[in-house]
Amino acid sequence: MSTLTDLKMARQFCLKCLVVFFIIICLTVWSFAYLGLNPIRFFSFYADSNIAPFIARFFSPDLSTPYLLKIGSGILETLSISAIATLLASIISIGLALPTAGRFGPTAKSMTRFLCNFLRSVPELVWAAIIVLAVGLGPFAGTLALTLHTAGVLGRLFGETLENHPTANNTALINSGAGRVAAFLYGTLPGIYPQLLSYSLYRWEMNIRMATILGFVGAGGLGQMLFYELALLREPKASTVIITMLFLVMVVDAISNKLRAAQLHSMG
Amino acid sequence: MKHHSSSGKPYISDPAASSRLTLIAVSLVILWPMLELAQFQPWLLLNPENIEVLGNFLVQFIPPNTEADFLRIVLVATIETLAMATAGIALAILIAVPLGLTISHSLSISRIGPGSNYLFSKFVRFIARFLMLFLRGIPEIVWALLLVRIFGLGPTAGVLAIAITYGGMLSKVYSEILESGNTLPARALLVSGSGRLAAFFYGLLPSTAQELASYTVYRWECAVRASVVAGFVGAGGLGQLMDQSMKMLNGGEVSTILVVFFILVLLADNISLLIRKQLE
Repeated sequence: MSTLTDLKMARQFCLKCLVVFFIIICLTVWSFAYLGLNPIRFFSFYADSNIAPFIARFFSPDLSTPYLLKIGSGILETLSISAIATLLASIISIGLALPTAGRFGPTAKSMTRFLCNFLRSVPELVWAAIIVLAVGLGPFAGTLALTLHTAGVLGRLFGETLENHPTANNTALINSGAGRVAAFLYGTLPGIYPQLLSYSLYRWEMNIRMATILGFVGAGGLGQMLFYELALLREPKASTVIITMLFLVMVVDAISNKLRAAQLHSMG
Repeated sequence: MKHHSSSGKPYISDPAASSRLTLIAVSLVILWPMLELAQFQPWLLLNPENIEVLGNFLVQFIPPNTEADFLRIVLVATIETLAMATAGIALAILIAVPLGLTISHSLSISRIGPGSNYLFSKFVRFIARFLMLFLRGIPEIVWALLLVRIFGLGPTAGVLAIAITYGGMLSKVYSEILESGNTLPARALLVSGSGRLAAFFYGLLPSTAQELASYTVYRWECAVRASVVAGFVGAGGLGQLMDQSMKMLNGGEVSTILVVFFILVLLADNISLLIRKQLE
């Protein structure tokens, strides 16, 4: 509940905002025109065509036991892909974090920074499409694709964590004769470990979501099942897969919200 | 870690060794079935056939294809992608505003006191929440895949997929923004008998307009990326072009498209930053 003291003056009339707003409206209208989209036509299209039966078929999901078992193994596959990819990526990222944080000099720093940016700029789906060529269709391709993208993201985040971490403990160990590796493992890692873990868990959450759709390019998991069922025009089965995806996303959301709330709580 | 004590005898000096080893052992036991499920077979990377296919593909990446004809196609696809994102977000706002206003607690009359149709508004709010969850819970590419089946290949499916997912996303954030600011003016209006829309326009919008606009512009930036990805299932734009080039194993084209994609994302980032700066 805010008090009267932090009441802010509301925005007054501003010409600049109006001009920006007008430009945006014009560009939006142009976008519809360029794509030849007429929002009103969607509804008439809806009425004219025979898509109603197509949609109706989705309302009878296939809930037979053998198919549900298949769905179950699809969920496990999706979870495994995301978990292994996140784990591998965080291990790689610890290795990337050291040069990214500038521990091996400025040249290594800018080079690994570029590598991380490159890895994370390429969307997971593109990585998956490329890796399917290297290892063939299946969940392994999805795992590698997620690993590469996540390594880019985490490498940068880990590097920033390492850069912001005070070096006193590390220096103390080195000064008392420890090797650089030992100093890192015992002086720095324990301090940044909780932060790294929380970044990794956050990425895992995103990767579960991503792993469900990577299958569209043949990289395993629930996505591949959905793609396959839709290609065979088996809407009831596809509907089951979609419901499962929705369910999976909701469960992951709920768990991560609970964990976040618990974490905030423990931090006071 | 071996060190030498003053007597010269080496000793292991890791107090945490046993617990760390246990942790590693336990994780390996959990990891094993997972590796099996994910068909984790790193040796496939060393398979000479695979290396040849991928190698031939990657070698073509340099130089990127810069033929005028192809560049023209890429340019058209890029503009199409930008238009898809813009049109998608515009439709998403149309979905999100009514949903967000319905969900938001700060515009809830039933929270002020027991009204005449308390149960009805509770029911409407529940339906709206469910709809929001349903729209944003299904990834945009799944929507795109389904809509391509209805509307055929091309940008229509992509625009609608973005409209649906981002409509759900925006409605959630809109309702949160409306709840997070100063809700006293709106409440005062509602208590003194104004309608919900009037309370929104005069009580909430003046103080939250900037944040709402800023977040919408940020989502447009995400939609640019999303519309490229949605293209992979045939929903038009740069993604569809990239998918075609990949299926033909044309490395030169793929690398051109990737470069254009990077520039496009950078451009969208900067446009969105520029607009958001103007809003401040």
